[in-house]
Amino acid sequence: MASTPRAQARTGAESVRRAIEGGRTDWWSVTFQGFLVLLLLLTLGVLAWLLTVVFVNGVPVLAERGFDFLTSPLASRAEAAGVGQAIVGSLYLMFFVVILSFPLGIGAAVYLEEYAHDSWSTRLINTGVRNLAGVPSIVYGLLGLAIFVVALADFTGGRSLTSGGLTMAILVLPIVIITSAEALRAVPEAIREAAFGVGATRWEVVRSHVLPYAAPGIFTGTILSMARAFGETAPLILVGAVIGGFNVEYDSVVGTLQGRYTALPTVVYDWARKPASFGPNVYAAIVVLIVVLLLVNALAIYLRNRFEQRW
Amino acid sequence: MAVRTRVNAPAEGKRDDRGGPTIRVMATNTLDESEQIAPAAMDQPGDLDFAEDEVVFDLQSLSCFYGSFRAVREISLRVPRNKITALIGPSGCGKSTLLRSFNRMNDLIDSAHIEGSILYHGVDLYADGVDAVEVRRRIGMVFQKPNPFPKSIYDNVAFGPRVAGYKGKMEELVERSLKRAAIWDEVKDKLKEPGTALSGGQQQRLCIARAIAVEPDVILMDEPCSALDPIATLKIEELMRELKENFTIVIVTHNMQQAARASDYTAFLTMGEDRAGYLVEMAPTQKLFTSPENRLTEDYITGRFG
Repeated sequence: MASTPRAQARTGAESVRRAIEGGRTDWWSVTFQGFLVLLLLLTLGVLAWLLTVVFVNGVPVLAERGFDFLTSPLASRAEAAGVGQAIVGSLYLMFFVVILSFPLGIGAAVYLEEYAHDSWSTRLINTGVRNLAGVPSIVYGLLGLAIFVVALADFTGGRSLTSGGLTMAILVLPIVIITSAEALRAVPEAIREAAFGVGATRWEVVRSHVLPYAAPGIFTGTILSMARAFGETAPLILVGAVIGGFNVEYDSVVGTLQGRYTALPTVVYDWARKPASFGPNVYAAIVVLIVVLLLVNALAIYLRNRFEQRW
Repeated sequence: MAVRTRVNAPAEGKRDDRGGPTIRVMATNTLDESEQIAPAAMDQPGDLDFAEDEVVFDLQSLSCFYGSFRAVREISLRVPRNKITALIGPSGCGKSTLLRSFNRMNDLIDSAHIEGSILYHGVDLYADGVDAVEVRRRIGMVFQKPNPFPKSIYDNVAFGPRVAGYKGKMEELVERSLKRAAIWDEVKDKLKEPGTALSGGQQQRLCIARAIAVEPDVILMDEPCSALDPIATLKIEELMRELKENFTIVIVTHNMQQAARASDYTAFLTMGEDRAGYLVEMAPTQKLFTSPENRLTEDYITGRFG
């Protein structure tokens, strides 16, 4: 008699064991997971293929010519042509982006996030900025052509470095505003309230708290927008980045700013249309471009991880 | 639903409106009823008989709006000096909104505005020419969630005095403020460490230290213990009792026991049909919790709604 409950318990445990040790395979999960892995491999595969082709063809040129390739000017002979002017031109363009669109963009973001009242005009501006960030870069090229190259030719020198730099600065401005605004928005309202609560003015709140805490995010976003400008080709072709070749006349500041220039992606575009002897050069220039972009992105990631503020 | 109908019932209405005898359950029997203050000045809710110079805040038919939505409806009450005044009431009844109108913190919300007036030592806080920054320097605030700056403990406390242009010795002021907030012993060896590395209860005391470092007149506390464990909560309440020697404290709390334990006066707010909070009753805390005038108050403190 006494064993009856225990026997029941044992059969109970038995049935539980049988139920949970069923061992059925969920074929839908397996299939779906396999499908996802396939998609991932496909994507990575294309990328890996691309990089392999570029590096296999480009690295020999770099290995053979080394520093010479990085410093030589454009030339009509493939063996003599280098990306020296292109690197200098791209760095100049970055310089324009940094000194123009960073202060303007960050300033605009601070105004929109911290000062502007929530009104229909503010919302209109916000929507406008978002849409501007999605405008194709060739449109900015046309804008640059109309304004900087033609209308302001006396000041910029026409199809000059200044025109290219200003166009690039305008191109990334909306991106800088959006990423900076997002970084500012990520600072919790509680921090602003805490600072206001001890009698800080809006300026003190922004200067001592909001901006410092948002800085890592702002820097990350702006550096990435710089990388974007570094890789742009289309607008530069419209506003006069030189293809073919030119003599450097960087004799004065004004001469440089109003002078001719070129940029790395433009050179890649140009060489790609040239005779087959330029083939290896194209790959080598792409390698240089990719390495620079990777370095810039790595810097952005490093800064983000180093200074990121967790709330 | 029952809450709604009772909220709209006249204050002195019959208590058997639900068709049966109502059992009265008192929240606490430990309070000495002989200490009750005679309800002489209780004809209007909140109109307690304070001497003029004892009154820090005098709210005159104050309504708070967010856009067209009225969050707080026509509240008149007085807050006495060097006392702890608790604002209690169900969620969404506008307690925090009311509290944040005391130091013009709601100015930071674009759609927020008020009607009526808040006199602070006789001065209308919302009059033209009143500087909200100066108001907040005098009327400090401690928030629901501890919100130390992600800076060092020292800088957390020193920020307020710095922007106020404090000329004295900052180290001494920081130490004094941390001592008054009863956290000095725990942080004196790590003033350079970030305030965010402290525990929740310590963070909240750091925020109190930050608030008192600018020598305010009033400290507003918006559910300061709601994110804390019971031990940290008791520490803060103990601290409040010490601080009221020098400061006037207004505290919003969800926790009725906390109001009963820690405050001198309690104002009970609830929500009307239009979702606007209004003042039901304000009284000395012991009186409000032992013999409330209003049936809504009684229902709330006995746990029948809210």
